[in-house]
Amino acid sequence: MQLTEQHHTYWRKNLNITAILLVIWFIATFVMAFFARELASINFFGWPFPFYMAAQGSLIIYVCIIGFYAYYMQKLDVEHGVSEGASE
Amino acid sequence: MRTFNQELKRYYSFYTVGFISFVVVLGIAEKMGVPRLYIGYAFLAATILLYAGIGIMSRTLDVAEYYVAGRKVPALFNGMATGADWMSAASFIGMAGGLYLQGFDGLAFIMGWTGGYCLVALFLAPYLRKFGQFTIPDFLGARYGGNFVRSIGVIAAIICSFVYVVAQIFGVGLITSRFTGLEFEIGVFVGLAGILVCSFLGGMKAVTWTQVAQYIILIVAYMIPVVWLSINQTGIPIPQIVYGGQLAKVTELEKKLVADPKEQEVRKILADRGKVATDKLKAGAEVSYNADKTALQAKIDELKSAPTPDGAAIQAAEKSLSTFAKDVKVYEGQLKGAQGALNAGGRVNPAIPHGTPFVGVGKTDEEKQKSSDNKRNNFLALVFCLMVGTAALPHILMRYYTTPSVQEARVSVFWSLFFIFLLYFSAPALAVLVKFDIFTNVVGKAYADLPQWVNAWQAIDKTLLSVTDINKDGIVQLAEIVLNQDVVVLATPEIAGLPYVISGLVAAGGLAAALSTADGLLLTIANALSHDMYYKMINPDASTTRRITISKIFLLIVALAAAYVTAQKPGDILFLVGAAFSLAASAFFPALVLGIFWKRANKPAAISGMLIGLGVTVYYMMRTYPFFTNLGIPKMDLWFYIAPIGSGVFGVAAGLTTMVVVSLLTKAPAQDVQDLVEHVRYPMIKGDKMDTASQAI
Repeated sequence: MQLTEQHHTYWRKNLNITAILLVIWFIATFVMAFFARELASINFFGWPFPFYMAAQGSLIIYVCIIGFYAYYMQKLDVEHGVSEGASE
Repeated sequence: MRTFNQELKRYYSFYTVGFISFVVVLGIAEKMGVPRLYIGYAFLAATILLYAGIGIMSRTLDVAEYYVAGRKVPALFNGMATGADWMSAASFIGMAGGLYLQGFDGLAFIMGWTGGYCLVALFLAPYLRKFGQFTIPDFLGARYGGNFVRSIGVIAAIICSFVYVVAQIFGVGLITSRFTGLEFEIGVFVGLAGILVCSFLGGMKAVTWTQVAQYIILIVAYMIPVVWLSINQTGIPIPQIVYGGQLAKVTELEKKLVADPKEQEVRKILADRGKVATDKLKAGAEVSYNADKTALQAKIDELKSAPTPDGAAIQAAEKSLSTFAKDVKVYEGQLKGAQGALNAGGRVNPAIPHGTPFVGVGKTDEEKQKSSDNKRNNFLALVFCLMVGTAALPHILMRYYTTPSVQEARVSVFWSLFFIFLLYFSAPALAVLVKFDIFTNVVGKAYADLPQWVNAWQAIDKTLLSVTDINKDGIVQLAEIVLNQDVVVLATPEIAGLPYVISGLVAAGGLAAALSTADGLLLTIANALSHDMYYKMINPDASTTRRITISKIFLLIVALAAAYVTAQKPGDILFLVGAAFSLAASAFFPALVLGIFWKRANKPAAISGMLIGLGVTVYYMMRTYPFFTNLGIPKMDLWFYIAPIGSGVFGVAAGLTTMVVVSLLTKAPAQDVQDLVEHVRYPMIKGDKMDTASQAI
């Protein structure tokens, strides 16, 4: 099995996007919950901000993270010739 | 593939319309006077027959179809199936009630049980799909080499799935017994029959198509009552958008209700009773029991020997003697109940505002700050365990073997979380709406005119809901209501004033949630035993027919064993569920993720990492959880005040560290293993001769 420069670029880009999305996930989850008490006085359309985030906001962010990853990786697959549809 | 996908869409659209018509027909039947019990039976029979029917239609003897549904499940449908597989009886019935009782702190379950899918998407699903065999131990066995790693995987998969499946079957028994009047044990076996017919005949293929059907039932059943309640309270049918306003009202009402002098009076009475009970327990249950009994007898004697005996008073005293605890054990239970009464079922003292995070309790500001910090740390630990556990539970990961391609697996995680999200972002709304209703329509009302649903549920089971006039003023105070978390979802249709048929629908939804999860879990256990243990380790020459037969035998044995354990009614179900996540997280997550992202990770590291991770989690639970320490295992202090349900934090950390250290101290894995890692990292490599997927067959 021969890996080319293309493959290494693909994998590096994959690791980059994975890391970026993971940081967003971490902030939306743990940083937000850690500072929940400090943020409690902020009003967000009727909800206390941390309550909204924990009950709905972070969930929407999770769905977006996964959706974006699937979209981005499909493009990356095609660009670097590793897509499953490509001919052998 | 497109035509198959379109065919499925048409098929399930017809099914949804058919199901809704069935509900409408039952609704009309109810109007015409058909008794409620029959409506309960109709739902139970119709849904279980439906699942069995799908099982019969999907029966198969093909190995790939039996284990991974032939890898033909389109992303959207795999997403629905994963949603049903994922959402258990606890999510459907218990979660909104948990949020009702715990307020903000309960949201750890909402975040934890959704955010874990980010880890599944980014770290596992596409790579496992490329690897493409049948089970999670398959991957561990191939990546780290040898049957020992595979065996640890098999054992860990069985432990966490079995613990989890017991909780599901318990839910099945509870729902069937409540809505049809069958005995709990019979309910368990009726539900089990529904699970078995389906998975027995068609394995993963049948389970997948049944789970899609179950998802549709459970989401319809969850949404109708919430939407209706929202229309009743706000006039707007989208509760998820408008409940912020209701939350603000609830917060205002909380302040007012707690400050009410009558409310303070009730809390004082409960606190005093608790103190008396504590003193009596301190004196020794047996001593206090005898003293109390003697005092009652003495009072009767005294009344009788009075110059003019008071008949009514004697009768009352005799009645209190005859209703007195019949032995010391019962008496001790009553005292313990009185001790905890002030903090039972939503009656928290001091009252916790619904929307406020991590409310500290204590006498001084310093104590309050410390208890609030502890609550925050436990919240973070629980979220971590639930998320990492999500990305490690074999019955979920297995689902991503069933998609046609790597890209479909990625998209399928998106649909999975989307379908789970629909229910999870409605649950906090439901909790707030029900709380608002109870604050306005129950609290402050006279006992004579309680809402009809309160009386109905009290009559069914006092442990679910009980409202007692503690200060004898004839008016309901907040602290006079004790409710079990399950009642919130089950009673919502009646709170919203919907007909009984919707209650039946909710029960069918809860049943679908429990059965679908149980299906996936039982299949995981049976596959670990038949595929990983029997075929891969004991008899690699077994024919495909024999392998499927063996799998079915194991399925039957495991199902019966699980039903047997459930019928013993083992304690705390919620703890069981939490434990399953911590166990899975510490056993699988480090080995799976490092196996894909770090070529250097090797066999000794996997063995030691999995064993130490699992060991630390089990050790911490054993030494801190009351169930075990009551058995005589010496109790120890909590580490960093983390409750036993969050023990996975220590297990995952220990497992990861061990794996990294041991890998670096020992030899790098052989070239063919490194090639395997490259193989799973790319959806397609030109000239790649490796074909892991077909090796399983």
